[in-house]
Amino acid sequence: MNEWLDPLLLSRWQFGLTTIYHFLFVPITIGMAVTVAIFQTAWVRTDKVHYLQLTKFFGKLFLINFAMGVVTGIVQEFQFGMNWSEYSRFVGDVFGAPLALEGLLAFFLEATFIGLWIFGWNRLPRGVHLATIWVTAAGTVLSAYFIIAANAFMQNPVGYTMNAERGRAELTDIGALLTNKVALAAFPHTIAACFMVAAGLIITVAAWHLYRNQHLDTMRPALKFGLWMMVIAGLLTTFFGDQLSLAMVQTQPMKMAAAEATYNTVTGANASFSIFTLGTPDGVHELFSIRIPYLLSLLSTHTFNGTVEGINDLQAQYTQLYGPGDYTPIIWVTYWTFRWMIGLGLLHVVVAVVGLWITRKGREPKWPWLWKVAIWSFPLSLGAMIMGWTFTEMGRQPWIVFSLLKTQSAVSPNVSGLEVLISLVVFTLLYGALAVVEFGLIKRAAQKGPDDAPQPDPETGVVQPLTTVY
Amino acid sequence: MDLPTLWFWIVAFLFVGYFVLDGFDFGVGMALPFLGKDDVDRRVMINTIGPVWDLNETWVIVAGASLFAAFPEWYATLFSGFYLALLLILVALILRGVSFEYRHQRPDSRWKSRFDLMIIVGSAVPALLWGVAFANIVQGVPLDSGHNYTGNLIDLLNPYALLGGLTTLLLFFTHGVLFIALKTDGDLRVRARRLAARAGLVTIIVAAAFLVWTAFIAAFSPMYLLLAGLAALALIASWILNARGTEGWSFGFGAATIALAVLALFTALFPDVMPASNDPANSLTIANASSTTYTLTVMSWTALIFLPLIVAYQAWTYWVFRKRVTREHITEAAH
Ligand code: HDD
Ligand code: HEM
Ligand code: HEM
Repeated sequence: MNEWLDPLLLSRWQFGLTTIYHFLFVPITIGMAVTVAIFQTAWVRTDKVHYLQLTKFFGKLFLINFAMGVVTGIVQEFQFGMNWSEYSRFVGDVFGAPLALEGLLAFFLEATFIGLWIFGWNRLPRGVHLATIWVTAAGTVLSAYFIIAANAFMQNPVGYTMNAERGRAELTDIGALLTNKVALAAFPHTIAACFMVAAGLIITVAAWHLYRNQHLDTMRPALKFGLWMMVIAGLLTTFFGDQLSLAMVQTQPMKMAAAEATYNTVTGANASFSIFTLGTPDGVHELFSIRIPYLLSLLSTHTFNGTVEGINDLQAQYTQLYGPGDYTPIIWVTYWTFRWMIGLGLLHVVVAVVGLWITRKGREPKWPWLWKVAIWSFPLSLGAMIMGWTFTEMGRQPWIVFSLLKTQSAVSPNVSGLEVLISLVVFTLLYGALAVVEFGLIKRAAQKGPDDAPQPDPETGVVQPLTTVY
Repeated sequence: MDLPTLWFWIVAFLFVGYFVLDGFDFGVGMALPFLGKDDVDRRVMINTIGPVWDLNETWVIVAGASLFAAFPEWYATLFSGFYLALLLILVALILRGVSFEYRHQRPDSRWKSRFDLMIIVGSAVPALLWGVAFANIVQGVPLDSGHNYTGNLIDLLNPYALLGGLTTLLLFFTHGVLFIALKTDGDLRVRARRLAARAGLVTIIVAAAFLVWTAFIAAFSPMYLLLAGLAALALIASWILNARGTEGWSFGFGAATIALAVLALFTALFPDVMPASNDPANSLTIANASSTTYTLTVMSWTALIFLPLIVAYQAWTYWVFRKRVTREHITEAAH
């Protein structure tokens, strides 16, 4: 058969492409929902008009983005059955539950209360209207929890038993499934990272306007808010990333070995972390590298003289356990995505701290080009996010459910390569076109800046925002 | 009733919720070219569903996830088997969803008319294809012993399934037009009532033909006949009430029609979930497609606690937005 029409390969490309795409919008939704809720709370409590302007302004960016998160999410939900039917049969009893819980507990909440928030200005009492955005925000965070718990089962299966007769995993303990130690670390890490992305968006937009010296009374506080949010979220992300590393080494040592491209087991000072390596493209031979001794040991075990198993030893170990096969993920992908995630993340914290210093007590930077640096916040923090997920998912390969089911055995047997090719092409074109439209709209709305402050009602003296309509 | 059977009916309930609610969203979308004389009219129509289309659509996500959790075999067989049909539905839902949100972002009319077109297509395609899909499930499709669908897209487009698709298309169309009559005022409201009267007649004829054909597939089971009969009566009542101008009741009976018809289809299916047309031994049934008792118990408690709550806060949303949307309302509001 034509190798281009391999349903497995095409399905993997499609799944990777569509999830990454979905996850361009989701972090903004999660981070911005809370941000907008905070601005609106500030408005309700202080009655300062610039908070209302900020709520409306970032609310608009949030909504343009939200629509994309919703419509691309449905694709994800359907794809498990469409492209990975053997996987669905194998894990459905376990994996379906968190997805159904997500729908019942989180998606309904989000989808209902977002409508109330958009159209409820002026129709609901101020306090109730404020509550609707908080409920929406809670829904987004809750949905992240369930989906990450589902994903954590694929990284570290718990709370199940194998039914050999039916050839499937069956749930035995929902509590264990929802408190999977990988989920408990991955959830706060991801949520904190989502706040970094939201902070990045705020900094980018504020810096763009401040560079042009416009909308000062809204954009100055916005910048300050964004910078603080970046620092706090960045530190939390790092802290939980460290926890996640520990969990990862315990559950999937191969992933850490692949992240570091360590072929041989190393201990103590030799368990060094390379910041940069030049090598042959497959990563097997190293030509040049900058290394920090002990750091890998610290990351993996929280001790100086820990031992980190190497790829070769693990490969031998897995062959014994699971039979012959290649248990090594694609090394250059795991190596570089891991570095870029951490590097971009730490860079953001540094840039934000510097930004706070430069703008302390309302100062202006002496060199306006600094604003241009800040404008990169958003794309780069989103980039760190994507790197992290690509690392997580590619580092799990060849398994789809670690130690239980390989990706190659998970694909739908009755869907032809041609069908997957059609859908892959359709999604690529559609998503590409939508990206252009969405980016254009966000850019337009962001560059336009906040609307002028609404005037207080001459009789009552109260500021009433207008009702929104489509 | 054992747990798998309970979940069969919960899944039915979720699809009832989906088709009743998103059904009128599809109808409003399809009615744009018929009732939307100018941009303000079209905006009025879109705004009748503005606050609720997303929560309505979420019913299908929850229905799908529940299918996955409660009947993994059914989910796997159905979704992989109807691959290209589902792809079309997904594309349509994507186009429709973003269009609601993006249409009003720019004032120029070319921009808007492009999104109007996407709303129309994005509403009509799922309205048709959901009917095709359900009719095929009821009728049965060829399955191998691993429960994998062995046919192709063309096999899904058989006469019975196409009639099913036409039925849902018309039902949703009329349902949406009745919703517009209920939720708008002035000239648009009058025109919507008139259109509903005309579309209703065609719908009655097509739906009757489909229900009769299904009766043969359901081997004239008394339960099916009862539900299908009630659905037919509700449809006729809805038409008469529209002619009398009682919009609320007319819409209510329209909703009841859809609910009863979906339940009738699930009754026709019971106790199979995906009958194999080639060899009954390969059929997926409630028993051999379901999850374990433990999983279903967990899910049952969740559903028991949360479904009433969900219905309550969604009802509250409809209550908050109970007022009719008028042209003045649109022109005075912020964009
Ligand atoms: C702005 C984004 C961002 C930043 C700055 C970081 N991460 Fe991260 N990381 C993610 C965004 C992310 C992510 C995209 O959200 C992932 C993917 C899966 C997950 O749970 O979070 C992730 C996964 C992930 C994993 C893989 C877990 C697994 O596969 O089981 C590890 C070990 C770390 N991270 C560790 C770190 C460390 C030690 C960081 C900093 C010093 C760090 N991350 C910064
Ligand atoms: C939103 C963040 C996520 C991103 C960016 C992402 C990205 C990816 C990528 C790039 C692959 C392809 C790996 C490969 O083929 O080598 C993949 C595979 C996969 N992911 Fe994720 N993923 C994310 C979250 C999730 C979650 C939450 C789940 C489950 C609930 C999930 C389920 C899967 C499955 C089933 C595969 C297997 C298909 C395959 O191997 O190609 N992913 N993902
Ligand atoms: C491959 C796995 C995934 C599936 C099956 C999935 C499914 C979905 C679905 C069906 C929706 C639409 C919900 C609606 O209509 O409101 C959605 C949106 C959302 N998803 Fe995902 N998702 C996946 C990955 C992720 C990940 C990894 C996260 C978080 C870490 C996430 C968080 C969200 C959030 C917060 C929303 C709602 C906000 C929005 O619509 O932008 N999803 N997802």
